Amino acid sequence: MLEFILGVLIAAVPAGTPLLFGTIGEILAERSGIMNLGVEGMMLIGAVMGFSAAFYTGNPWLGFALAAFMGGLFSLIHAFISINLRGNQVVSGLALTMFGTGLSGLLGRRFIGVPLPASAKIGGIKIPLLSDIPLLGPLLFRFDPLAYIAIALVPVTWFLLYKTSLGINIRSVGEDPATADAMGVNVFAIRYLCTFIGGVLAGIGGAYLSIVYTPSWIEGMTAGAGWIVIALTIFSLWSPLRALLGAYLFGGVKVLQYRLQPLGISPNLLNTLPFILTILVLMAASGEVMRRRIGAPSALGLPYSREEK
Amino acid sequence: MWRLQVRLERRYLAPGWLRLVTNTISLLLALVSIALVLWAAKIDPIQAYKKIFIGSFGSFYGLSETTVKAIPLLICGVGLALAFKAQFWNIGAEGQLLMGAIAATWVALFFPVKLPFWAVRPTMFAAGFLAGALWALIPALLRAKLQVNEVITSLMLVYVATEIVNYLVYGPWKGVKEWGFPYSDKFPDAAILPTIPGTRIHYPTLILGIVAAILAYFFLMRTRWGYELRVTGDNPKAALYAGIPYLRVAVLVMLISGGLAGIAGVGEVAGIHARLRYPQGISPGYGFTAIIVAWLAQLNPLVVILTSFLLGGLLVGGDALKVSLGLPVPTIHMFNGAILFFLIGGEIFLRYRVYFTLKPKETMTPLKEELGC
Repeated sequence: MLEFILGVLIAAVPAGTPLLFGTIGEILAERSGIMNLGVEGMMLIGAVMGFSAAFYTGNPWLGFALAAFMGGLFSLIHAFISINLRGNQVVSGLALTMFGTGLSGLLGRRFIGVPLPASAKIGGIKIPLLSDIPLLGPLLFRFDPLAYIAIALVPVTWFLLYKTSLGINIRSVGEDPATADAMGVNVFAIRYLCTFIGGVLAGIGGAYLSIVYTPSWIEGMTAGAGWIVIALTIFSLWSPLRALLGAYLFGGVKVLQYRLQPLGISPNLLNTLPFILTILVLMAASGEVMRRRIGAPSALGLPYSREEK
Repeated sequence: MWRLQVRLERRYLAPGWLRLVTNTISLLLALVSIALVLWAAKIDPIQAYKKIFIGSFGSFYGLSETTVKAIPLLICGVGLALAFKAQFWNIGAEGQLLMGAIAATWVALFFPVKLPFWAVRPTMFAAGFLAGALWALIPALLRAKLQVNEVITSLMLVYVATEIVNYLVYGPWKGVKEWGFPYSDKFPDAAILPTIPGTRIHYPTLILGIVAAILAYFFLMRTRWGYELRVTGDNPKAALYAGIPYLRVAVLVMLISGGLAGIAGVGEVAGIHARLRYPQGISPGYGFTAIIVAWLAQLNPLVVILTSFLLGGLLVGGDALKVSLGLPVPTIHMFNGAILFFLIGGEIFLRYRVYFTLKPKETMTPLKEELGC
C-alpha cells in the first residue's frame, strides 16, 4: 500500500509539471486581466517546435528555448486582438487553440513515430546524498531539472505578484485598469508582458510533454492539458502557491487513471474530476465576500480603453 | 518625426453593408494568411485551395457531404447566435451535443417501454433536446444565481460530457457485436433517420435546423422575450432598470441553445453512425466550429443557414486535403482559427469609427482633449 501511494506521488510530479508551467503563466495573464483560452494551442505549438529543435540539434535546451519563444510569439496574436483591437477574449483564445492545433498538426506530420535522439532526452537527476535518503530520496530528489524549475517558479511568481511594485501594478491592472492608468501604470505594456510570459510558459509546458514526459511527437498530444490549465488557474484561485498543490493533485488524478483501472474504477470518470472540482470551487468562491478575500481579478476578460468608462 | 495616430470613436449601430464588407474582407485576409503559412510549410497554397473547393463544392458528392457537415453546425449555430446575442457566452455546445447523442442512444437501445415504430424518432429528438438543455442549464443557473462565469462552466462541462461518452462506449454501453470497438450496439431500424437516397443527408434533422433558424429569427425580432433577450445583450444595465429578469433570459437562451445542440447530437448518432461512438467519432468539434458559424453570421439566425454551409464545406475540404495532399486532419483547424482571429479583429471597425491620422510627434495632443471629453 505504501509502495502504491509512493509510486503515485512520484509519478504525479512529472505529470503535473507541464500543468504547473501552463498554470503559472495563465495566472499571470489573468492577474493582468487577460483571459487566454489559447493555452492548449500554445502548448501544442511548444510541443511540436520543442521537439523539432531538440530533434535537429540534439540539444533539449534549444528545444525548450524555441518552444518558449514560439509560445510567446503566438500569445502576442491574442494580446493584440484583446488589447489593441478590444476583441472578445473568449473567442480569440478559442481561435488560438484551434490555430495551434492545426498548425502543430501540419508542422509535426514528419515527426510522427520518430524517436528523439538519446542526446536530446532529459532524464532525472539524482541529487547527491539527498537522493539516497530512504523514502524521501526518490520522492523529492530524483526528478528532471525542468520539474525543479517549475517548482522554483512558484515562489518566484508569488514574490513577483505580492512583494514587488511590478506585481502590484499587474494586480491593479487586472483589478481596475482605469485607476491604474490614472496612477501612471502602463496598462497596455503590463498586459502585453503578462500575456507574453503566459505564452512562454505554456510553450515550455508543451515542450516538456514532447521532450521529457513522452519523448516523441503525437498529434494533439496535449490531450486537453491546456484546458486543465484553465481549470487549474481557477481551481487555485489565481494563487501560484495553490497552483503547485493543484498541479500535482490533477497530475496525480492522471496517474491514478491507469493505476486504478485494474480495480474496476473507470479512468474516464476519474478524468472528469479536475473539471467537476473546478466548477465546485467556482461555486464555493462565488459571492462578493469570498471574491474580495480571494482577490479574483475583477477586470478579467474586459478590454480596456481610455475613453470608455 | 511623424507618427501614425489611431483614434477610435464608439459607434452604436454598424450599417448592414459595413458588416458584410468587414466580414468578407476578414474572411479573405484569413485565407491569404493561411496561404502564406502553407507556402512556408512548402505546400502549394493554390493547389490546396483548389482541392478544398473542388472537394467540398465541386461535385454532387462533395456538396452532399458539405450539407451533411452543415447540419450540426446549423443547429448548434442557431442556438449559439441567440445565446451570444444575449451576451451569454455558451462555449459548451460541444458538450451539449454529446449529451443529446447520449440521450438518443438511451432511447434507441435502452428505453424501458417498447415504443411504437413512429414514436421512436420523435422521442429521440425530444430526449436529445432535453438532455442538451439540462446540461446547458447548469451554467445558466450558476451564472444567474451565483455569478459564476459561464464561459468556464460551459467549457468544463464539455470535457465532463466527453468523458461520460467515453465511459459509456468503453464500459456499460459497449456493444456486444462491435468487435471490441468503442461503439454501442447498432440502433434498431426505427431509431435510424432516413436519408436522401445516394447521400448521407439525414433530412429530418436538416429540416429541423432550417425551421429552427427561421423560428429563432422571428423569436428574436418579433416576440417580447426575444426583445428582452436583445436588450439584455445590448445593455445589461438598461435591462435591469426595465425590470427584465436576468435569470429568465439566461435560462431561456441556455435552454434553447443547449437543446438545439442536443438535437444536433441526435442527428449525428441517429442519422450518420446509427450507434454511439467515441466522442471524436461523433463530432470533430462541431460545437466549437459552430461558434465561428454564429459569429460569421453576425449572430443573425437566418444568415447562419448560409455560414453553416460555408464552414461545412471547409470541414469537407479538410478531408480532401488529407486524401490528396496527405495533410493531417487537424490542419483544417488552422483555417478555423485564422478565420476567427480575423473576424474578431475586424469587429473593431463595426464597434468603432476608426480614424488614422499622421501627425508630427511634437504637437501630439493628449487623447482626452482631442475627443473633447
